[in-house]
Amino acid sequence: MKNNEHNIQSDREVLVKVENLSKKFCKDLKTSLWYGVKDLVSGVRGNKHERELRPKEFWAVKDVSFELRRGECLGLIGHNGAGKSTLLKILNGLINPDAGKVTIKGRVGALIELGAGFNPILTGRENIYNNGAVLGFSRQEITQKLDDIIAFAELEDFIDMPVQHYSSGMKVRLGFAVAAQMEPDVLIIDEVLAVGDLGFVLKCFKQIDTILPNTAIVFVSHSMPMVSRICNQMILMEHGKPKFQGTNVAKGIDLYYTRFANNESNVVFDDGSLEFLSHNCDLEQGQVLRGQDIGISLCFAIKKGALKVVPTVYMEIKDKDLRPVAGVQSGQESIEVKDAKYLKYYFTIKNSMFTLGAYGIDISVKDAESNSPILRVNNFIKFSAVGDKSMWVPFELQTDVAVELK
Amino acid sequence: MGLETRVYQKENNLRFGKLLRASLTDMVSSRFLATQLAVRDIKAQYRQSYFGILWAFITPLTTAFVWIFLNSTGTIRLTDTGVPYPVYAFSGTLLWSIIKEAINTPISSTNAAKSILTKINFPKEALVVSGIFKLLFNSAIKVLLLVVFIFVFGVGFHWSLLLLPFALLAAVFFGITIGLFLTPIGMLYKDVGRLISFGLGFVMYVTPVVYAIPKEGIMRSIMLWNPFTPVIVTARDLALGQPLQFLPYYIGLLLACVPLLFVGLVFYRVSIPIIVERMSA
Repeated sequence: MKNNEHNIQSDREVLVKVENLSKKFCKDLKTSLWYGVKDLVSGVRGNKHERELRPKEFWAVKDVSFELRRGECLGLIGHNGAGKSTLLKILNGLINPDAGKVTIKGRVGALIELGAGFNPILTGRENIYNNGAVLGFSRQEITQKLDDIIAFAELEDFIDMPVQHYSSGMKVRLGFAVAAQMEPDVLIIDEVLAVGDLGFVLKCFKQIDTILPNTAIVFVSHSMPMVSRICNQMILMEHGKPKFQGTNVAKGIDLYYTRFANNESNVVFDDGSLEFLSHNCDLEQGQVLRGQDIGISLCFAIKKGALKVVPTVYMEIKDKDLRPVAGVQSGQESIEVKDAKYLKYYFTIKNSMFTLGAYGIDISVKDAESNSPILRVNNFIKFSAVGDKSMWVPFELQTDVAVELK
Repeated sequence: MGLETRVYQKENNLRFGKLLRASLTDMVSSRFLATQLAVRDIKAQYRQSYFGILWAFITPLTTAFVWIFLNSTGTIRLTDTGVPYPVYAFSGTLLWSIIKEAINTPISSTNAAKSILTKINFPKEALVVSGIFKLLFNSAIKVLLLVVFIFVFGVGFHWSLLLLPFALLAAVFFGITIGLFLTPIGMLYKDVGRLISFGLGFVMYVTPVVYAIPKEGIMRSIMLWNPFTPVIVTARDLALGQPLQFLPYYIGLLLACVPLLFVGLVFYRVSIPIIVERMSA
């Protein structure tokens, strides 16, 4: 069954074909406007010349090529200003490329801005028509779908209220509910879903899942779990150029994370009784494979007479969104310090099963008796989980499973 | 089932006929969008205002009152207009305001749609058409007031009054044609918008808006050449039942505007991606 489905997909026609696409932009406003006038003049005459960089210009997108079939989803990732949005604008036909060619078949839908055409004074109901019209629906279509839209947005009680009194989340919900009625062949999604509340984001993804088999999707996001969940190929952009491209989504995400892996660690609290001397982590190049053990040692100098018993150490592992995903704690039994000058801890985190991505470890040292803080250091060890298989959840649990057939 | 294929590349497909056909097709297919945008703006404009529609009259009325006052107090001496001066002045300022708005319409409605232009692909012609709809709505209300003036001041009904709507359409058509050519540059540089309102302020005085064409002198030649003259004068002559003095020039002008409008539409279509690029840059 699964195999069969795969065959059908690979036979499907190419909906989006991008060949050596390039686009330049100007850094300076006045110059940019003047180039605009020049482009207007040359545009009217049909500018067929090879386009080169003029002073103060740079390539916002350079030599991007890919193909996308029905049922496929391309993830477009990269840091801010890498050229993702520019590429989307060209795909959407808003601006023309300076070199290369885009061929798109079928109806194109774009989730770049939700609620376009809203007028704040008018009610939600009136604005459904405005937004729908901008997205290319006819009046009959909107009237037909009106109830579905209102129900999807969960705004039944507020639909006759002016949109200016909506919260930003409500506006996005209404915008998405209208846009979700599109039945596009090609769907372009920019980072628009981040605003809604959790329930709504999940609902949006459910909607995207249902249209995915019949659609070619280009998905821009900074949320790697989402990318790894829905994309089957990806482009990592850097300074307008594709730095990584292919169907190995996990590898692309690793590359993306390594760019951000050099954050500084910082001491956020220190009462002076301990001095953090050194730490050691046994991972090679800060990379951990699935199921690998992680060994961490910490070394402190004890200020004379400041401590009676060995403090407890708590390490918190956070993902790149700074969400704590796991924690580790040293033993609770009290050991007297006496005259010791140095204090060393050896941790072994066994069989780690993190999903792919970058992680940082925060440490907090607390007095074992009073539980009052002694030292806190944020982000003092960084590592990234690498591998082929990405999970939707941040952390898996080690489990024994028995299967029985009768 | 054949899917619609779009190709985006740097070479603009610059066959005039093809572009024009695409432009006109989009204009027809986007009429719902155009109406919807016009209705949205009109509703929003009047929902947040107490006097609402009154504001549409105020500018032409005050300009007319100033001139009526100047004339009646004898501050200035004007050539006889052949009709009651208040009607003459008001019809002039009103027609002038319609033309002025028509020139500004393409640029202002494109400007107002900036935020969606940079994000959503939709037929841009709808913006121009929705601007025309709004303009016609506002003008229709003003014309009702003019009709009231015509009867109150005893000019009375003439059959030619029934042709006035066509003359107004022609005035809008004339203004839009000029506006379309100015829009692309006007979107890039704010100076253009200022120059338009500044320049039109001058042009009004060389057009028979509040006073008739003098019998002789340099002003007479300028006014006779000025393309705004036939548009204003003919519309007024129709409304007031006067003989049509500028008919050949008027018809010639309108005929010349047809190809110019087409060129303007194509220019608009070609220039939008270039402008969007500069707006979002």
